[in-house]
Amino acid sequence: MSSYHLDHLQYLETEAIHIMREVAAEFERPALLFSGGKDSICLLRLAEKAFRPSDIPMPFLNVETGHEFPELIEFRDRRAKQLGAKLIVRSVDEGIAKGFVTPTPGQISRNQLQIPVLLNAIEEFRFDCAIGGARRDEEKARAKERFFSFRDAFGQWDPKNQRPEIWNLYNARLNQGENMRVFPLSNWTEMDVWEYIRQEKLEVPNIYFSHTRDVFRRAGQWLPVPPPHTDSTKPDPFAGGRPKPNEPIQSMVCRVRTIADMISTGMIDSPATTVDDIIGEVAAARVTERGTRADDRASEAAMEDRKKAGYF
Amino acid sequence: MSANHPIELLRFNTCGSVDDGKSTLIGRLLYDSKSIMEDQMEALERSADITGGGQINLANLTDGLRAEREQGITIDVAYRYFATPRRKFIVADTPGHVQYTRNMVTGASTANLSIVLVDARMGVIEQTRRHTYIAALLGIPHLVIAVNKMDLVDWSEARFTEIRDEIEGFLPKLSSFKDVKFIPISALNGDNVVEPSKHTPWYVGPSLLGHLETVHIASDWNLSALRFPVQWVNRPNNPTNKELHDFRGLSGQIASGIVKVGQKVMVLPSGMKSTVKEIWTFDGSLPEAFCPQSVTLQLAHDLDISRGDMIVGLEGLPGMGTDLHARVSWMNQRPLQRGKKYFLKHSTQTVQAMVTALESRIDIQTYDELPEPAELAMNDIGVIRLKTAKPLIYDGYGINRLTGAFILVEQGTNATIAAGMLYPALEAVKPEYNDFAI
Repeated sequence: MSSYHLDHLQYLETEAIHIMREVAAEFERPALLFSGGKDSICLLRLAEKAFRPSDIPMPFLNVETGHEFPELIEFRDRRAKQLGAKLIVRSVDEGIAKGFVTPTPGQISRNQLQIPVLLNAIEEFRFDCAIGGARRDEEKARAKERFFSFRDAFGQWDPKNQRPEIWNLYNARLNQGENMRVFPLSNWTEMDVWEYIRQEKLEVPNIYFSHTRDVFRRAGQWLPVPPPHTDSTKPDPFAGGRPKPNEPIQSMVCRVRTIADMISTGMIDSPATTVDDIIGEVAAARVTERGTRADDRASEAAMEDRKKAGYF
Repeated sequence: MSANHPIELLRFNTCGSVDDGKSTLIGRLLYDSKSIMEDQMEALERSADITGGGQINLANLTDGLRAEREQGITIDVAYRYFATPRRKFIVADTPGHVQYTRNMVTGASTANLSIVLVDARMGVIEQTRRHTYIAALLGIPHLVIAVNKMDLVDWSEARFTEIRDEIEGFLPKLSSFKDVKFIPISALNGDNVVEPSKHTPWYVGPSLLGHLETVHIASDWNLSALRFPVQWVNRPNNPTNKELHDFRGLSGQIASGIVKVGQKVMVLPSGMKSTVKEIWTFDGSLPEAFCPQSVTLQLAHDLDISRGDMIVGLEGLPGMGTDLHARVSWMNQRPLQRGKKYFLKHSTQTVQAMVTALESRIDIQTYDELPEPAELAMNDIGVIRLKTAKPLIYDGYGINRLTGAFILVEQGTNATIAAGMLYPALEAVKPEYNDFAI
């Protein structure tokens, strides 16, 4: 093999850097969606590689459901500060208070409710583009995504009417009110993400590593027991997400494989304490990453429906 | 997987007509390379109980959208990923029916290899010729003709040879592939997909996966003349740090060739020359960089350079001009017409362009060029002439897939309506400045 040759991670990296720079050059007000999860951690490193020694020319945006793992929030804030970036946080609670979000009665998960909050934030800051860490290997509907995913004035994705995406010539043109979601990690797999984290020696939130935690069993998943409800002046934000009397609590050595929020993330039974351990587990895994996500198990077309409504 | 030897990445696409078994083939590759997970298998089994009378349908793995499952077709490009210890693969599953040909162009434009599926019972049909033509048009280096459903023609060597001969009969008209491989398979049963089949003792050659793992792709990238389209000007403008304050970087992805520190380069369209002072990356400066790396160049002279300019080596200069000659694949309901204006995106610049002539439309059956059509309709391929508002710096697509390609965007709707492949310029750039910048 010649020395002028890239291995697969170097290839995925240069593809993603090129996309990041296209965003910076083609859009007036882009944002980068940063949750603190493993995929968006890779996005931040790619942004450093694309734009240094300049500042990263876009703010970070996160939409909270209000059910986040505290470890994730701590990591998110710290990492944004390290990089000298502006972090914008908008939340479902705020949306409910302001009246543009209406919870569905009886629905515990707030995953759906992130959609209007995200669309509202895009409108508030007049973002014309949001970079996200979604990957095509995650889910069937995502397998059909473009790198530059066009959204109409309602934030909707129309899978039957996507712009053909040819070579590396991305069409970034928009009319007023429309916007673009851009996914530089489209071609990355879960394995690539972890190999990149290892190669770049990136810090990840400690809940990705094995720890002891109280969990309970629901719908075939080990769900974490939420933190206690202390402020009795407000309704319990985790109402419905707490174990019922017939769902016994047990202590388990576990970790997360993918992070949604505490209500929809299943913990996996795992002794992995290092990135190498995790890579070993991913190599041997017999279920997909999203198999531990309650939000995707709702139906065969759960992701397709959410994306059409404006999800990322 | 050990990191001792680098894992190569092969991008391929599959094409064929409806019911040729494309999705089944990809399902088979994923299944036999153990890339299907238990929860995906469970979902398949659930859908088998509901819709398939208990038979697991591997096509359901790739036909992801509800509309596709209901209609039993693939309506868009779906991307799949799998790996073996030798290579990682990105698969674009591109649909076959006529109205979605634009998606095949999308899925195939970045591929190293195309698999064209032929149903052994049907033989070579219009779609086969169309897909082979598009693969050639897009300059895909490697072609595989997978003759599928061999089980339904009793594994007949005569039938396989007949199909191969017919395709070999028209391949010379396309003449762009580095290699072409014919493989008899049954995607449904897995014959010659991953493991060699017992049913084809007359076939001497690798299984499909064996071929995908070993086909030589190391020289698919163009490492000859340097082309560096400036993508983003990197100016930290940091008032407190002297070094950063003076940093003037030109960020981009090398579209071909190799760049070295100290190398003399020319900036186009201005024609000014300078030398490469530094190849800056986040991981430290490099002595040299090559296609398709993304880097940031600092030049010895402070020249006025912006996005859309191109930095090139002094050897093998590109073409430059506003009169373009190209083949286009038309992708819109509204036909291409002479005199119409479009946005044209090429490398890192977007310019206005007007179609000045429709020279011919290509007949997909015969590959003949039919002169002076009135228009090009959806899924037509034709030869046109364009005039741009600003000069492009370009190469022939046959020489350089990145600096020879463009897209057309409709004004108003912003829809991407054509993929264009440039013919080489009649003459190379003649720069007006011969001295180095001062």
